[in-house]
Amino acid sequence: MSLLKVSGLTKTFGGVHAIEDLSFEIKKGTIHSVIGPNGAGKTTLFNLLTGVYTPTQGAVSFNGESVSGKSPHYLAKRGMSRTFQNLQICMNMSAVENVMVGRHLHMSHNPIAAMLRLPSITKQDKACREKAIELMEFVGTGQYIKTNADAMSYGALKRLEIARALAAEPEILLLDEPAAGLNGTETAEVDELIQKVADSGVTVMLVEHDMKLVMNISDYLLVLDYGKKLAEGTPEEIRNNPAVIAAYLGA
Amino acid sequence: MSVEFLQYLFSGVTIGATYALVGLGFAIIYNASHVINFAQGEFIMIGSMATVSFLAMGMPMPVAILLAVALAVVTGMLLQKFAVAPAKNADVVTIIIITIGASILLRGLAQVFWGKSFHALPAFSGNEPINIAGATIVPQNLWVLGVTLVIVAAVSWFFTKTIIGKAILATSHNADAAKLVGINTNMILLFAFGLSALLGAVAGIIVAPITTTSYEVGIMLGLKGFVAAVLGGLGSGVGAIVGGLILGIAEAMAAGYISSDYKDAVPFVIILFILFFMPSGLFGSRGTERV
Amino acid sequence: MFEKLNSPRTGGLLALILAVLILPLFFQNTFHYDVAIHVAISATVAISLNLLVGYAGQISLGHAGFFGVGAYSSAILTGWDFGWSPITAMLVASLAVGVLALVVSGPILRLKGHYLAMATLGLGIIIAIVITTEDWLTGGPDGLSVEPLTIFGLSPQGEAQWYWVFCVVLIASVWLSLNLIDSPVGRAMRAVHGSEVAAQVAGVDTTYFKTLIFVMSAMFASLMGSLSAHYSGFVTPDIAGFHHSIELITMVVLGGMASVFGAITGAVILTLLPQMLTGLEDWEMVIFGLILMLTMIFMPKGLVPTLLTKFRRGEA
Repeated sequence: MSLLKVSGLTKTFGGVHAIEDLSFEIKKGTIHSVIGPNGAGKTTLFNLLTGVYTPTQGAVSFNGESVSGKSPHYLAKRGMSRTFQNLQICMNMSAVENVMVGRHLHMSHNPIAAMLRLPSITKQDKACREKAIELMEFVGTGQYIKTNADAMSYGALKRLEIARALAAEPEILLLDEPAAGLNGTETAEVDELIQKVADSGVTVMLVEHDMKLVMNISDYLLVLDYGKKLAEGTPEEIRNNPAVIAAYLGA
Repeated sequence: MSVEFLQYLFSGVTIGATYALVGLGFAIIYNASHVINFAQGEFIMIGSMATVSFLAMGMPMPVAILLAVALAVVTGMLLQKFAVAPAKNADVVTIIIITIGASILLRGLAQVFWGKSFHALPAFSGNEPINIAGATIVPQNLWVLGVTLVIVAAVSWFFTKTIIGKAILATSHNADAAKLVGINTNMILLFAFGLSALLGAVAGIIVAPITTTSYEVGIMLGLKGFVAAVLGGLGSGVGAIVGGLILGIAEAMAAGYISSDYKDAVPFVIILFILFFMPSGLFGSRGTERV
Repeated sequence: MFEKLNSPRTGGLLALILAVLILPLFFQNTFHYDVAIHVAISATVAISLNLLVGYAGQISLGHAGFFGVGAYSSAILTGWDFGWSPITAMLVASLAVGVLALVVSGPILRLKGHYLAMATLGLGIIIAIVITTEDWLTGGPDGLSVEPLTIFGLSPQGEAQWYWVFCVVLIASVWLSLNLIDSPVGRAMRAVHGSEVAAQVAGVDTTYFKTLIFVMSAMFASLMGSLSAHYSGFVTPDIAGFHHSIELITMVVLGGMASVFGAITGAVILTLLPQMLTGLEDWEMVIFGLILMLTMIFMPKGLVPTLLTKFRRGEA
């Protein structure tokens, strides 16, 4: 059954089509990658799916519910989580607090109880911190638990974002170039991490330039070119698709 | 058009012209450095108070005005060099507080050297009222309008036709790129502060014969200039000028037809109302945030 | 144990309580108490403003407006026209300010940076002008006298008793704020400052949290306005004005944004400095402006965060 269904999705910026009449489906429990040259509209697609941008036209349905035009926090509540190509880390907080923000939806938001530090809040907060620490270890940033976010390296912050996204316990995780700017060893680690996430039952949607990584771990690929779908299929099919070879891999 | 209306319109345009000049000063600095200079109002004060004090020393009016404007320009440049430039990476609020500190300092200095009393500048060419379609204006109103027109024309010529003007615009669009093509961005910022101090000082001097001046005159005028700049959309020169005129006219109309008690509140009511519907002012750019 | 003392909630709060207890030993007259009370009032308002500005990242240059509405509402409602009890008046005023803040927060909090600064500044100035102009209700520029405070038959008499009232309020607000900051609500607020889009995709309804902290902070300022009106027994339009707003935000920024104890430090400095400079007479403004500028230029993060970083680095 498809978890995410996109049909006829279009986004224009001042007359220019960033995404044009795009339709595809994502099955539960798969790793689905979006590839394409720079400016193909990959990040725009992510911004549309997660509610950061409002579509000009078209429909997005998530778990059978029409969600196009809904706000990011509503989609988060429905089980969508993401990372960003350009880091979006709260530099005014510690690393572990960043991950704890990711658990926002699982926490009580009563300001009075929070100000009075009622036992129920303390207990919940302690559990949240433990879960966050666990996740930081899971993504391999265990040594930064007490560190302020602004004192961490780029590679560590990339993984911290994944931990924050996972903290929400999402059904689908959208990763926007998780390996960008990382060296070979780090890329291999992220590769392994994505596999681990997928194995834990989370559907993964991935934008990535590193072809080796993409071909390795993806179940399906969607190839974008100038905002339009160029091809779709398994890594094997994509590798042998003449249009893709001509437009992308061959280049 | 009733005579009354015409009368309010004249006084509104006169005061609006000064708001426009001050607003333009805000816009120029904002464009060059993305800083809101809360000491902008003090240039108005320096311009008018220094003219008063140079006149008292027995200088002829044109010399006094020239020296006063020069004093304001130097102050503006010093402000940029020693207060704003060192803090260029600080938070928006931090820079606001620095410029507020500067305005307190300048006001303090003015109070020490020029005292606390109110002064009036003599009108530039007499006080013989002029009758236009039944409404009465004084020659100084025409001076305000004339000087404002000349200055606005000069500034727009400067930004579109001269190398320095274009360099300022380039720096405002992308400071790093401007640096790469060899623009000395530090000089540009210094220049922007100098220019906006000049605009403030001129505004202060031309309006002083009508409104009188004191060491505190910069506070309200500066704030209203800020309103004019935001109303037009921060960074838009045309916006600041239009914004200034709208404020001046609205203020005069409200004072005339409603109540002069709420005259000072009018610009702030207008700006709140506009921002409610147009969060980037009348001519501000509405960019999509990139993530 | 030492770790706990090093944390602001335990260590900082203990230090504050100690300071509050010890200080009166050095007070020689009611004037000293009066200055201390003004520090406490400003510190409490600055802490709540810091939640909005320092932690949630939303500039307000009009907070004195809310303080003023609280003060004037208490003055008017407890006056002979209405004759309400001070506690009812205080709570009703605070609720009214909360509603006002809620109504304006919709359009205002959509604004960012300098536009938000402009809108809050405008709001504050409008409030101040209304208070000055509607003299049939507010006494105009001359001000209004305020009835003494009586709560459940108790009425603080003299500066020494008021000192304890305001110190208890200050300590309580420090405790409540520290708790809030280190809670899911506080983290959501800070995430709005750190990265609004990251907060949103983590499920934070950023509009709700911005509104929440704006309204809470405004209601708090109103309560403090009411209390301080009862203490001084007189209100004038200045307390709602632009200068008071600027003074409050300066306390926050000077002491240190996103630091509860920074706000207190800022309040101490900005209240004491003018007292110490009065001997300079005409030069007072010059020196005050200079100190303000120099501190912000050399410590853009504010006193407490800058000094804490230095101290911790020295320790390591």
